[in-house]
Amino acid sequence: MDEVSVRISSDLDLVRAREQGRVLAGQLGFTQSDLTLVATAISELARNIVRYARRGEIVLRQAEDGGVPGIVIIARDEGPGIPDVNRAMEPGYSTAGGLGLGLPGVRRIMDKFEIVSEVNRGTVVTVTKWKR
Amino acid sequence: MAVPILKQGPFLIASIQSALTDTDLVQLRDALVGQVGSYRSRGVIVDVTALDVLDSFASRTLRDLAHMVRLRGAETVIVGIQPEVAFTMVRLGLTLEGVATALDLEEGLFYLDQKLRSTQQEG
Repeated sequence: MDEVSVRISSDLDLVRAREQGRVLAGQLGFTQSDLTLVATAISELARNIVRYARRGEIVLRQAEDGGVPGIVIIARDEGPGIPDVNRAMEPGYSTAGGLGLGLPGVRRIMDKFEIVSEVNRGTVVTVTKWKR
Repeated sequence: MAVPILKQGPFLIASIQSALTDTDLVQLRDALVGQVGSYRSRGVIVDVTALDVLDSFASRTLRDLAHMVRLRGAETVIVGIQPEVAFTMVRLGLTLEGVATALDLEEGLFYLDQKLRSTQQEG
């Protein structure tokens, strides 16, 4: 399994997506702690999709860098987009009454974090975790 | 999936069996906050041993549950947070501030017993 896509449109899909992430990262030999980090990051990203865009997808992809395996998580939606991405990355910022730990938290627990968002077009968050 | 809630003496024990959706967690919160009244319970134990993810939503819902139960006059203790879940929560800055935690069900019952005893002595 090199790539898997999970459609996200309800909170049940969050559970499915993080289970898939756990399976893929498990096949790559991630530690228990890192499996939990990956599953939690997927949970946060998928919830943002449900909460702000209602539907989208989580793509899980195997990666490699100099022989080190990793997992790439792409959270994609065609929702309202984020008007101020920099502000959304500040701890404590949230527009849906959450803790605001979503995106900054995900960035903290992953090795690589990229976000592209366009108002009225959607948001793509791409994060990578390498095997330790 | 509904979480079974067992009544044991003055306490309610919610034993989570598998991964929960956000909706399940909110239902559990509301059920416990309600049943504290119908059973006149003094304490609530939420066993999260089976949860492999406690993200920002789950942490917030558990914290809300504990605070709501306290406003109803009972104590809550969260038991069974797994080591790797604790690791992730710390990395995310999710602290469950103001919420009692214990290693497992046995320690949770001990904690609530002590609490109940100290209130009875005061009263």
